Amino acid sequence: MDALDLARWQFGITTVYHFIFVPLTIGLSPLVAIMQTLWYRTGNERWLRLTKFFGKLLLINFAIGVATGIVQEFQFGMAWSEYSRFVGDVFGAPLAMEALAAFFVESTFLGLWIFGWDRLPKKIHLACIWAVALATNLSAFFILAANSWMQHPVGVEYNFETGRAEMNDIGAVLTNPTVLAAFPHTITAALLTAGTFVAGIAAWWMVKKVRSGDTATARDVYRPAVILGLVAMLVGGAGVAVSGDQQAKLMFEQQPAKMAAAEGLCESTDGASFSILAIGDLTNDCDGVRHLIEIPGLTSFLATNDFDAPIRGVDELQDYYAQWIRDWEEANGVEATFDDDTRFYPNLAITYWSFRLMIGFGIGSAALSLAALWLLRKKGTVTDKQWFGTLGVAAIATPFLASAFGWIFTEMGRQPWVVAPNPDPSGVDGVWLLTARGVSVVTSPATILISLIGFTLLYGVLAVVWYRLMHRYAVEGVAESEKDPSPEARAAAGRDGSDDDSTLSFAY
Amino acid sequence: MELTTVWFVLIAVLWTGYLVLEGFDFGVGMLLGILPKKGDKERERRVMINTIGPVWDGNEVWLLTAGGATFAAFPEWYATLFSGFYLPLFLILLALIVRVCAFEWRGKINDARWRAWADRALIFGSWLPSVLWGVAFANIVRGVELDADHQYVGGFFALLNPFALLGGVVTTLIFLTHGAIFLALKSDGDIRRRAGDFAARSSVATLVAAGAWAIWLQLAYADAAWTWAAVAVAAVALVLVVLAARARREGQAFVASAVAIVAAVVLIFGSLFPDVMPAFDAANSLTVDNAASTDYTLTVMTWVAVILTPIVLLYQGWTYWVFRKRLTTEHIPAHTGLTFRRDEPAAVAGASSGEGSGTIKE
Repeated sequence: MDALDLARWQFGITTVYHFIFVPLTIGLSPLVAIMQTLWYRTGNERWLRLTKFFGKLLLINFAIGVATGIVQEFQFGMAWSEYSRFVGDVFGAPLAMEALAAFFVESTFLGLWIFGWDRLPKKIHLACIWAVALATNLSAFFILAANSWMQHPVGVEYNFETGRAEMNDIGAVLTNPTVLAAFPHTITAALLTAGTFVAGIAAWWMVKKVRSGDTATARDVYRPAVILGLVAMLVGGAGVAVSGDQQAKLMFEQQPAKMAAAEGLCESTDGASFSILAIGDLTNDCDGVRHLIEIPGLTSFLATNDFDAPIRGVDELQDYYAQWIRDWEEANGVEATFDDDTRFYPNLAITYWSFRLMIGFGIGSAALSLAALWLLRKKGTVTDKQWFGTLGVAAIATPFLASAFGWIFTEMGRQPWVVAPNPDPSGVDGVWLLTARGVSVVTSPATILISLIGFTLLYGVLAVVWYRLMHRYAVEGVAESEKDPSPEARAAAGRDGSDDDSTLSFAY
Repeated sequence: MELTTVWFVLIAVLWTGYLVLEGFDFGVGMLLGILPKKGDKERERRVMINTIGPVWDGNEVWLLTAGGATFAAFPEWYATLFSGFYLPLFLILLALIVRVCAFEWRGKINDARWRAWADRALIFGSWLPSVLWGVAFANIVRGVELDADHQYVGGFFALLNPFALLGGVVTTLIFLTHGAIFLALKSDGDIRRRAGDFAARSSVATLVAAGAWAIWLQLAYADAAWTWAAVAVAAVALVLVVLAARARREGQAFVASAVAIVAAVVLIFGSLFPDVMPAFDAANSLTVDNAASTDYTLTVMTWVAVILTPIVLLYQGWTYWVFRKRLTTEHIPAHTGLTFRRDEPAAVAGASSGEGSGTIKE
């Protein structure tokens, strides 16, 4: 393998891995904030117990998300230095903003939340977890603005002298229609992930408690958690579907080759069908694709809201891109960046299947939400049906898988480009870059191989530890009681709030 | 002032924030393997970890911000530096990853072997970056082999030259002393006394090594005479660290060691300017002009930085105020972590390991 392949594997592995933890952090921090708010508002101890229980799971997860996130920011320069030179003027800005506006808030207020239970007034302490929740979501916005720019470069012009993309409109970068669709898609997916996580664990516990005769705990503690998770799932699920449809329409316009490949659509067609099942031969090119099950006209409808609209297939798009880029390079005296073998559409099988697996796993949570809606439809009911608990646990993994395949789809689908050229009306001539031209030129394959092996081994070990910790804390269940640790409660109990000899309510 | 100069200064400020703040939490992390005494090792370690517990994560973000700001303001510098220093940065990343996880996960499982692994991660994860940041900065200021395309072509082993290795020793000693002083400032009882003793001794070694390195830098690699002022400030500050540490004036010692770090950053960046990465062949050097983003991007980022940085300083400062109390072993609660074996009561495991704490909670 050459440096390019190794650098791509490394980026793929470290990024998909990082994004196992990120959606749970983004979605769970507001849910924990809501639980703590309910405790603050109602004074009902169940919400404190739930806050502490899901708060511990959040923190276990937060740590590994933060740790693996550092790699992401360094990796652009380390393995993709030529990409960084080409885009730095525009791509660096949202990254720096993310650190200044979001990471500082997130890290500082998380520290205050973890250690501040007995030092901060209740209201301030509650504000800390909300600050964390908002900052994680804000961070998602900035990094998605950066990624969306790679999918749909806006607010830039090409500098012929330096051969670089240069920003001329930060407003356009931050209101890129692509990020305005990708951001809601990602945070609602995160909400779906966290909702399924909360509802799944609480459903399993509810069934277990009812079956062991502790119906009171099942009803008073776990049922409300299932309901909260369920609401998050319904809001998240609806948001994912609507924003996903929006994204698909944009993508047909901005990256037609990605969407054509996602449908295995080789020849341009009026009223293109949506493929449910297709198989290809091992050559993985157009001649080998056979569509077995299709819904007529649906692809055209998804792209344009018109069942009969024409959709361009990859064969036509191949010629279109080759000609467009070559004409532009010749007209402007720019050195040729590709040869006749260059394919201007992504790997068909990966794009086709990752798109379907994203959608398929995405509706995995629906089974749990429908079951929960039915079984818990009457106020205050709990259930002892074992299958419901099992379904809860089984459903937890599905949104994680959907997110992973979603990223594999959108990043692999952008190939062979790292910065995708967009056809009219919104494309910017010259602002595109083949992935092969973005990789670092001074890092040897051996060097990247060392880090690829190092990261993969370390990540493998950490994944096992993370899973065992999450599992262990989930099966421990909600504590039977939690003492109010706030300074107010201690003052009410007649002890001085600034008592120097008291032990800390929390310590590492 | 030119915008490129503004950003050169801002990036120096971000690195100052990182080295002053994470410097002491690296120091405390390294001292985990040195200071705690047999008999009360576990509780002393926990005192140490908890003095930095609420703040280490916020300290580390200064690094991410410095990295992101370099990317945004000087993309060529970011690209050359990060691809050229690939292996040292990879090692730093490994260290930071295990360190972050160890902080958060250490207390989650109540088992002596589990904690031993977390401590190894914290100690390794603090030593390695302390050494490597010094090596990296020394190489930047010394100059590296860049070709006409501004690519670093010197290879990994060229980074391990005497000046750079001494730089690694200097940052490690500074962080050890800075961390010991911070610990003495934030703890009480026996651990405070031993941290103070350590700082009193290590500050002398720091003064010698850092002083020698600074003079070497100034004589060999600095073009301007004014950076002698930074050498002088650093030297005076380090002498004050020695005096204050010996007199156990912890607050003064901490301010002095922070000033020494600031002076070191001023010396490094001051002797770089107007280069950001000098090359052996001066024609190939990366400078604030040829490495910079466009004026438009720098203007946008200036607004963002000017508005947000003071706010960050305010709430981070507030955090230090909230957690201003000195910690002792008496403050450390019993282990609340679970055990992987569910039938094993947590408290028993803590007691049987012989290093559980005084108060046993459920």
